[in-house]
Parts: sequence; C-alpha cells; structure tokens
Amino acid sequence: MQCTKCSNNAVINLQHGNLCKHHFIDYFEEKVFKTINKYQLIGRNEKLCVAVSGGKDSLTVLYLTKKYLEKNNIPVDDNLVALAVDEGIDNYREHTLVDLKKFCSEHAVPLTIVSFEQELGKTLDKAYPIVNKDTNKRPCNVCGVWRRYLLNKHAKKLGVDKVITGHNLDDEAQAIVMNMFKANTTLAGRLGPISGLGEHDLFVQRVKPLYFCAEKEVRLYALLKNFQIKFSECPYSKEGYRHHIQEMLNDFEHKYKGTKQGIVNSFLAMLPLLQDQEKQQTIGANKIQQCSKCQEASNKDVCNACLMKETIQNA
Amino acid sequence: MYIEVCNEREQTNHKIEFTGTKVKDLLHQLKINPESVLVVRNNEVITEEETLQDNDKIELLSVISGG
Repeated sequence: MQCTKCSNNAVINLQHGNLCKHHFIDYFEEKVFKTINKYQLIGRNEKLCVAVSGGKDSLTVLYLTKKYLEKNNIPVDDNLVALAVDEGIDNYREHTLVDLKKFCSEHAVPLTIVSFEQELGKTLDKAYPIVNKDTNKRPCNVCGVWRRYLLNKHAKKLGVDKVITGHNLDDEAQAIVMNMFKANTTLAGRLGPISGLGEHDLFVQRVKPLYFCAEKEVRLYALLKNFQIKFSECPYSKEGYRHHIQEMLNDFEHKYKGTKQGIVNSFLAMLPLLQDQEKQQTIGANKIQQCSKCQEASNKDVCNACLMKETIQNA
Repeated sequence: MYIEVCNEREQTNHKIEFTGTKVKDLLHQLKINPESVLVVRNNEVITEEETLQDNDKIELLSVISGG
C-alpha cells in the first residue's frame, strides 16, 4: 500500500490516509508540537521534569520535549531533567530502567530514580499483599497513589515548574470511560492535557504532550526512531479495571475508527464544566491541606500514601 | 500457504497454515485486534492491507504498554 503523499510504502493506515515512514514521523512530531503550543504546555522560562519509566511513551515524550526546546531556541541545559519511580516489581521494572539509563545518558538528560522501597519502606511486591489484606485495594490502586505522591514530592524537590508525562490518547480515553462508568466526576475534572488541580502551591502541574497520539502511533514512532525498547509487561496490569476498558475500546476502535478520538474530543467539550465543579469542591472549599505526617497535599488530615505506609508498618 | 509468526507479547514463534491473502486476514485468523499490534516483515512495518506471500516471516510487535 502506497503513502497518500508520496510513492513510498505506507507504514500506517490512518483515518485521513496512509503514511510512509518519513511522512508519519513528520505528522507525529507536528501533532505533538501543536498540542504543546495550543495548550501552552511548555513555557519559555520553565524548568521541566519528564516522568519516565523507560517505556515507549516516556522515551518518546522525553525525546520530543528536548526536540521542542531546541527547535524553539529554549536552553535545554539545567531546564530539562528526568524522574523515574522504581516501584519494586520483580522481573519488570529493572529491565526498563536499564533502557532508560542508557537513553538519558545518550541524550544528556540528568536522571533521578526514586524507589518505593527507599521512600516508603517496601517494594510494591511486598507492600501490595499487606495493603490488600486490610483494604482490598488492587495493585494498580496502591501503585497509582504512591507513584503520584513520589512524582509530586520529588518534582518539587527538583524545583521544576511542570511535570511532563507520556500519557497518550488511549490512556486518556480509558481514564474518561473508567471515571464515567464509576460516576467519578471529581477525578474526571482532573483529566485533560493539563492534569491536576490547576495552579496550587502543593502541586506541580502535570502536562501531556502525547494527548492526541494513539498508543499505536507512539509505538510506531519509537520503533521508526530506533529507540531501544524491549517489550516487558507489568505482571499486575491484567488485574486492573483499566485492562478491561482497554480491550473494550480497542474492539470499538477496530470496528468504528475514530472512537477513542471521539471520546476525548467530547470530553474536552465538557471539561471546563467538570473543572469548575472540581475547583469549587476542593480548592474553593479549602479542602486541600498539608498531610500532618509528610506535609504533602491531602484532602484529609493524613494523606492516602501515609495511610498505606502506616498499614504496612503496623502489619 | 505457510507463514512464520513471531509474537513479541506471547514470546512464541510458530509456522502456521494461512488461508487468507492479506495481513488483516492473518490477524483475523489469529484472533488479534489490529489496534494492539504493529506488523513487521523483513524489518519493515507493513499495513493491514499488505498482501502476504508463502513462507513470509512476520513479527507481531505489541502496541500496548507493559504497565
């Protein structure tokens, strides 16, 4: 099959046509840079931290953030760092961290790695069964709370203005549907290209340049750019609710092209209303306070990360 | 015709009898959603509309993130 724009062989079939390697890379990079500009995800004088894992999404967003800065004559040195969280998942994270260290070294981006074990006393593998026994929480619930906690805490320590994440179109469509199925409009109001609660002293804003890039496009871009990524799968991923939503949306996307994009576009039209409601319920109502244990942000006296830590320590 | 299929996610390599003509037919036969894989032949990514030949060696790369 030929590229719609030239006579080369196509590598992907998109809704608006087929693209060869060269035209796909141009299309993909342009889409990411347009997202950054449209939503003002990166400012000229901001210090940036890319949240990385060593997977396709985080390496792609790190590479393109650096490319964006260079393209716009924004100094990269001292303004771009990478931050990884080692959850302590045996036979999984150690492999992606090897690729990550090599990538950051090759692209001259300083990398900080923090771990659940160092910061919270136990690896996820050891902590999850204890927390689950008391609270019935799934591994992804435990991991999600601690990852967000450590990213925010260490982003503040690094003195950055924004945390850049590799969330893609599929991640966002899944999160939107998950929140809708669970009627969780509070969490829905924190989604979008700029996630979180907006500007707040206790939070570093998180932004998503790959917001409109399908997961398949990100994998293709990483492959065509020869990023060294070995396939590895989190042993807990199939236990999560997200996995079922992911399969459902992929089925729909296959049968009805544009489903995921449609979900995200509809959501963006509603997002201002959800954000207003969320702000009234949290910041406006002074619900955000400092955790009495760790001084990080919390909507109650002790934050969820510290509550889980206590459960483990008392076990 | 016969196609050799190397599946990255399953970490398997099998030679299978294929009765269709295109990549999309192969994925249908293997019950794999095209949204979840990239298909590579001779180190080149090919689309679902590409026609397969006897004894082609195909790699199925997983699109879905590990975590």
